Amino acid sequence: MVTKLIILGVIVLGVVAVAQLMRVYELSSKLREQRESEISNRDNKFNAAMMLTFMFVLFGGLIWLMVNYGWTGRGEAASVHGHEIDWLLNLNFIIIVGVFFLTNTLLFVFAFKYVRKPGVPAFYYPHNNKLEMLWTVVPACVLAVIIILGLKTWNDATAEAEAESIRIELFSKQFDWTARYSGEDNTLGKFDYKLTTGNNELALLTTNTLDTAINNMEASILKLEYVLNKKDTMLIPEDKDKMMVDLSRKERLVRLLHQMRDRHNPEVDAWAWDDIIQKDTLYLCENKEYEFNFRSKDVIHSAYFPQFRAQMNTVPGLTTRFKFIPDKTTEEMRKAKNDPNFNYVLLCNKICGGAHYKMKMIVVVLKESDYKTWMKNKTYGVKDATGGYKVKPGTFKDTYFAKKNAPVAEDNAEGNEEEENDEDAENQPAEVVDPELAE
Amino acid sequence: MAAVAHEAHGHHDDHGHHKESFVSKYIFSQDHKMIGKQFLMTAVFMGVVAMLLSILFRIQLAWPGEGSDFVSFFLGDTWAPGGVMKEDMYLGLVTIHGTIMVFFLLTGGLSGTFSNILIPLQIGARDMASGFLNMLSYWFFFLSSLLMLASMFVESGPAMAGWTVYPPLSALPQAISGSGLGMTLWLFSMAIFIASSLIGSLNYIVTVLNLRTKGMSMTRLPLTIWAFFVTAIIGVLSFPVLLSAALLLIMDRMAGTSFYLSDIIVGGEMLTNHGGSPLLFQHLFWFLGHPEVYIVLLPALGLSSEIISTNSRKPIFGYRAMIGSILAIAFLSFIVWAHHMFVTGMNPFLGSVFVFTTLLIAIPSAVKVFNYITTLWRGSIVYTPAMLFTIGLVSTFISGGVTGIILADAALDITTHDTYFVVAHFHVVMGLSAVFGMFAGVYHWFPKMFGRMMNIRLGYAHFWITIVGAYGVFFPMHFVGLAGAPRRYYDYSVYGEFDVESYNLQMDLNIIITMFAILAALGQLIFLFNFFYSIFRGPIAPQNPWRANTLEWTTPVERIHGNWPGELPTVHRWPYDYSKPGAEEDFIPQTVPLAEGEEEH
Ligand code: HEM
Ligand SMILES: [Cu+2]
Ligand SMILES: [Cu+2]
Repeated sequence: MVTKLIILGVIVLGVVAVAQLMRVYELSSKLREQRESEISNRDNKFNAAMMLTFMFVLFGGLIWLMVNYGWTGRGEAASVHGHEIDWLLNLNFIIIVGVFFLTNTLLFVFAFKYVRKPGVPAFYYPHNNKLEMLWTVVPACVLAVIIILGLKTWNDATAEAEAESIRIELFSKQFDWTARYSGEDNTLGKFDYKLTTGNNELALLTTNTLDTAINNMEASILKLEYVLNKKDTMLIPEDKDKMMVDLSRKERLVRLLHQMRDRHNPEVDAWAWDDIIQKDTLYLCENKEYEFNFRSKDVIHSAYFPQFRAQMNTVPGLTTRFKFIPDKTTEEMRKAKNDPNFNYVLLCNKICGGAHYKMKMIVVVLKESDYKTWMKNKTYGVKDATGGYKVKPGTFKDTYFAKKNAPVAEDNAEGNEEEENDEDAENQPAEVVDPELAE
Repeated sequence: MAAVAHEAHGHHDDHGHHKESFVSKYIFSQDHKMIGKQFLMTAVFMGVVAMLLSILFRIQLAWPGEGSDFVSFFLGDTWAPGGVMKEDMYLGLVTIHGTIMVFFLLTGGLSGTFSNILIPLQIGARDMASGFLNMLSYWFFFLSSLLMLASMFVESGPAMAGWTVYPPLSALPQAISGSGLGMTLWLFSMAIFIASSLIGSLNYIVTVLNLRTKGMSMTRLPLTIWAFFVTAIIGVLSFPVLLSAALLLIMDRMAGTSFYLSDIIVGGEMLTNHGGSPLLFQHLFWFLGHPEVYIVLLPALGLSSEIISTNSRKPIFGYRAMIGSILAIAFLSFIVWAHHMFVTGMNPFLGSVFVFTTLLIAIPSAVKVFNYITTLWRGSIVYTPAMLFTIGLVSTFISGGVTGIILADAALDITTHDTYFVVAHFHVVMGLSAVFGMFAGVYHWFPKMFGRMMNIRLGYAHFWITIVGAYGVFFPMHFVGLAGAPRRYYDYSVYGEFDVESYNLQMDLNIIITMFAILAALGQLIFLFNFFYSIFRGPIAPQNPWRANTLEWTTPVERIHGNWPGELPTVHRWPYDYSKPGAEEDFIPQTVPLAEGEEEH
């Protein structure tokens, strides 16, 4: 409270002080018979000199910033197309910084040089078609170069991904990311948001998840109807209205689910079952092309990989895509940056709610052998000496049924893989890959 | 002089309200000059509010998580417990700051003020085509300002989805608290604002087309009028699209439609909306949004064309090219909107088309810059505060324009979209250029508006502090963006978790930026003081203080209804006959007939 009063006091005093200064100034200019509309030579010269000084300050400031902070504070690019983008960015920067210096120099030097000097009239010079032509054509040519180079890079970066590139889905919601690898068939399972249930957060489409979703929905409809129809309890009207709305919403959804069930082709189930869902950290393999499919559960987010020079919005109701080839492992980058704690990252770059700024996922790029090991452990799990799982198998099928705790869960233990798994557990790359942590 | 004007006024007959009541003179006035001043006052107030909001969130950015008395003073315990603002409120402040600055200060304030004051005066008309509609336009503006301000005081907070209010975030109260009542108020405020802007623009267009005085052909119009005229046309063509975007959003929010919503689960609730597209909103929004940035900028360029010519004592270089580039910019501004959407999931091929059209806009922009510079060349420059701000405008227009080239290159936009680089870009063009244009206009036409002069020395101090502060804020901001900092983050400390180098860079610069922001904000106090003090106590202005050619300086200092006592002036020449060889004075007002043997420019 005291500080608030002090702040107010300082403001009031400041205003009073300036008002007094003004009075003094006015009295003195009245004495000198100076008029506000007539700018004295001294004032003109002062401002002209300031123009030139300011130019140096401005240029100095910009150069200082460029020297200290460079124009790639994100560090070196870590993807194949990223290098192209950086090259293009450098070129464009050279052009625009050149234009900036040139035009600002002309502006401020003229502002300095052509200040009013008594007796020297201005030069009447209303137009000159040649000059005007010149500064229409020259920028047009420079821009043509910029456009052509830019479009080439843009077309490369946004072209269809290769057929064999690895598909990963990035699923966004307030306020985290989930990755879904497409598994051994390299085909992402289908999804529909209406299938979202406690153990199927990504709403993947299989016969089983479809039936579960229908059952859940019907159960909750029954419950609502029961409460609404109960004779002996009175509901607050507001609550009742809410429940009615809820009921009609759910009835509609269940109708749609039934339609989906009728059209469902069980053959697509396999696409989903082998998918692997991964939270917290996204592991990628060096020098492999990835095609990311982006999805959002609630509002628009944006998948922004600063170091890979990649970005794409995730839009509810629409699957968006972006592809890139990471070409530097996390280890290499740490060495290059001389920062053992450095990590690649996936940030959210579209305002999406209060905790928008915290919505991120660490990305780790591995050498191919390490990546394969990680993938195998993730898929089939790791057993410990007693024969139990140190790391549980992680395909969608495994996790779904483990959570669901249904009798079918036994189907997914594929005995023949066990031995290999044990070996892999020993070969684990020590540094970056830690499947325990990765879980 | 004043007495003469008064007598003359007594004789002319078509404007006979002599005893105006206080209400009809100052409040429900239909006089364009008074309406212009009403716009200006409202805009100054809104501008101060928006600036204050920006200081509050800059404090959070520079010293995240540290309690501040200043912040708690304004936000109180609800929104800033212990002087640390809440995450939601941070976004609310950013949203309202942007909305007020873009729409209320730079659209309503800039065009509203100067179109109103200058159009009739510079074309030689007694008033706007419809005084009543003009009054309505102001009162709609006033009402929408009130609603926008009120939205900051509702319990669930103001709109928080950013000034671009992209749905679904802005459509779903479950997603963020500001998307409740705050967003409803935002939408209604904007709908009324758009109505105000449309009424105003139609009036400007009709006035310029029909009420020009004798001899004032289109090619003798000052560039200010050209700029206002074209701005009004852009507004009429683009604002209705924003209105439709807003209406569809209102329906999605209130009537359960699905224009922008599809397959959403939010707050644990599975919505049934299906088939809508958030991209639709973005297309509609930016179809206004990009022209809007020129609605903001063109009037500023118009004002500065006039000021730079008057104070260099030289004709504006390439008058016709200037008109041509205004028209080219206006046309192109309608076919570039999707450059805001390169990475939104829009078809990349469509993106390439917009790269092409967007970069074309740089050409007329470059022409304008070079014409300004050539106007200075071999001039005889008089440094009024207005002239200082105009030169500042040209400098910042260059700085902001060149970064536009980076952003327009879709390949480069992949990495710069939605980072601080974009924030820096548009602040340099709007927050500096357009605002400088507005300041220049206020300093230059203050004598016309209030019949008094502003203090020159304070004007100088204001300019130099402002340009240093403003460049100090926005130059470093480019580098924060290039370091990868996304915009609309409450706290950049998260960078410390994975990239210390980039984190240090951002933190250093954020502190520098906040320091300069505080400096610049303090500089504005000088302006506010000078402005209000001079309205009441400034020295009485001479009739033509800057020795300018345009018609407004032929009206008496004493402001009268109908502008000119007696007949309307007749125009004989273009407005830029400064330092014409053979003339006695270094300026020849537009009302002076061509001398024998004299050629029109
Ligand atoms: C040479 C001329 C210009 C070009 C080529 C240009 C280009 C661009 C591009 C491509 C973007 C989108 C960047 C992104 O979101 O990733 C952008 C953003 C923006 N520009 Fe410009 N621009 C130019 C001039 C202007 C001017 C004159 C103004 C205002 C007076 C302006 C105001 C804005 C604003 C407000 C945004 C950001 C809107 C937002 O996302 O909140 N630009 N500009
Ligand atoms: Cu997000
Ligand atoms: Cu734009």
